[in-house]
Amino acid sequence: MHPTETAPPPVRLTEAAHRTEAPWVRGLLILLTLFLLVLILILPLVTVYYEAFKNGVRVYLDAIRHPDALAAVRLTLTVAAIAVPLNTLFGLAAAWAITKFRFRGKHVLVTLIDLPFAISPVISGLIFVLLFGAHGLFGPWLAAHGIRVIFALPGIVLATVFITVPFVARELIPVMQALGNQEEEAAASMGAGGWRIFWKVTLPNIKWGLLYGIILCNARAMGEFGAVSVVSGHIRGQTNTMPLHIEILYNEYQFTASFAVSSLLVLLALLTLAVKGVVEWQQRKAEANGGQSA
Amino acid sequence: MAGRWKDDSILPGFGLSMGYTLLYLSLIVLFPLAGVLLRSLELSWREFWEIVTSPRVVAAYRVSIGSALFAAMANVCIGLLVAWVLVRYRFFGKRFVDGLIDLPFALPTAVAGISLTTIYAKTGIVGGILDSLGIKAAFSQLGIVIALVFIGLPFVVRTVQPVLQELDPEVEEAAASLGAGRWRIFSRVIFPELVPALLTGFALAFARGIGEYGSVVFISGNMPMKTEIAPLLIMIRLEQYDYAGATAIALVMMLLSFVMLLLINLLQWKFSRRFQV
Repeated sequence: MHPTETAPPPVRLTEAAHRTEAPWVRGLLILLTLFLLVLILILPLVTVYYEAFKNGVRVYLDAIRHPDALAAVRLTLTVAAIAVPLNTLFGLAAAWAITKFRFRGKHVLVTLIDLPFAISPVISGLIFVLLFGAHGLFGPWLAAHGIRVIFALPGIVLATVFITVPFVARELIPVMQALGNQEEEAAASMGAGGWRIFWKVTLPNIKWGLLYGIILCNARAMGEFGAVSVVSGHIRGQTNTMPLHIEILYNEYQFTASFAVSSLLVLLALLTLAVKGVVEWQQRKAEANGGQSA
Repeated sequence: MAGRWKDDSILPGFGLSMGYTLLYLSLIVLFPLAGVLLRSLELSWREFWEIVTSPRVVAAYRVSIGSALFAAMANVCIGLLVAWVLVRYRFFGKRFVDGLIDLPFALPTAVAGISLTTIYAKTGIVGGILDSLGIKAAFSQLGIVIALVFIGLPFVVRTVQPVLQELDPEVEEAAASLGAGRWRIFSRVIFPELVPALLTGFALAFARGIGEYGSVVFISGNMPMKTEIAPLLIMIRLEQYDYAGATAIALVMMLLSFVMLLLINLLQWKFSRRFQV
């Protein structure tokens, strides 16, 4: 973790007999684990693709190219394009404030950032209905000025931003904490300004963690269902995001079409996991290099 | 520069980053939450009590909390097994399996919901087998638990894994040299070390489970009094324009969420070095 420390030789798990189980126990536990993970994680993935292509590629493509489906994709991309940059900027600012300085109330701040995680998505949506809905706190004022928030794009964006506030900050804080402040302090003592330190010192060190935070935030922004469901109003072709479109199709017994749109979001999830894999590989590599150069 | 609540630092940008953090957090999270609390004051105590103790609401709380408890307990067992196998053993495809654990974090809940429903319905692969055994999976409370097990699994695995990785091998070696068998070493030496992480994982999975909506609504069948979860009841009240009802049900859930968040943070501050600065 600390590249400046003299690193001990990498500790390999000794597989000495007294530190591991009998081979048949090991085999049994591995098999049981693989069985459970296939059942819990892999089966749902395979099912999406099986159901989506059950009636042939043509039906699949028709479902994806349907105007309502395309409108849903467009809306989902728009919402993510607004929510993700906002929360990335926030995540960077919050992580800088929390990891570079010592101040009172840090734990409280970290807890506050986590708050949207603790609240049910449906309640997150409800919050904005109670504020901006027709009967909401600001409802009459908004109606008088002809502004629509609920059952329109602003409401969907607000709910999505709320839900995804913690993602980038949560990925960055542990990474920046582990890196420590020495490099930044060295740069500052040599007279570098704040932006220069951030761009030249901090950003190169945290880029992989930042990338994973952004992509995880993006996956959640595109996939959010409960909160968006409350504020969207389910107007086809207008306020339907991809997850809501999936729900409508499913409830209309258009299973193939529903799974076809789902398959796009599964692809996004798999891509997210792949990026995570690359990020962890890069971090391991960086740690190994740091250890050698010390 | 800043007052006595902050230590001096050579690094710049405290005012800007902290100011932006607090402003953004206030606008997006704190003011909206405060607004809801303000609105809930419009409810009298009696109205509030009548809503949250009505039979259908109580039944929904019971379904949500009960299912989340069962699922979190199942997750502790499965999560411990998975974390153990991933940390201690080597096998083909381990990296791949390890990466896949986070799938429930990345997969949209609605997709998980319709997929699990298809699998566990009578006509599905697993649902068919269970049905021939006389067990109804989808459209029963078992279905809700299944969905929550899927959603909660990574929480337990990812909190137990790092603790298991950092266990000092010497303690185990000492126990072995004193003649303790593997099971005895696990139950007396390793397991106690894992309890805080297991508790944290349990709390995280439970907290997520009581609020979960997308993966559950498809598989639960949504029968009032039986398989109707609290978040769905909020949704139904909203669709009926019963804002007072929705707010009251939500307030109780928010209170529960805040208690869980507090508990989880206490557990983490106590047992993890993550935020030790």
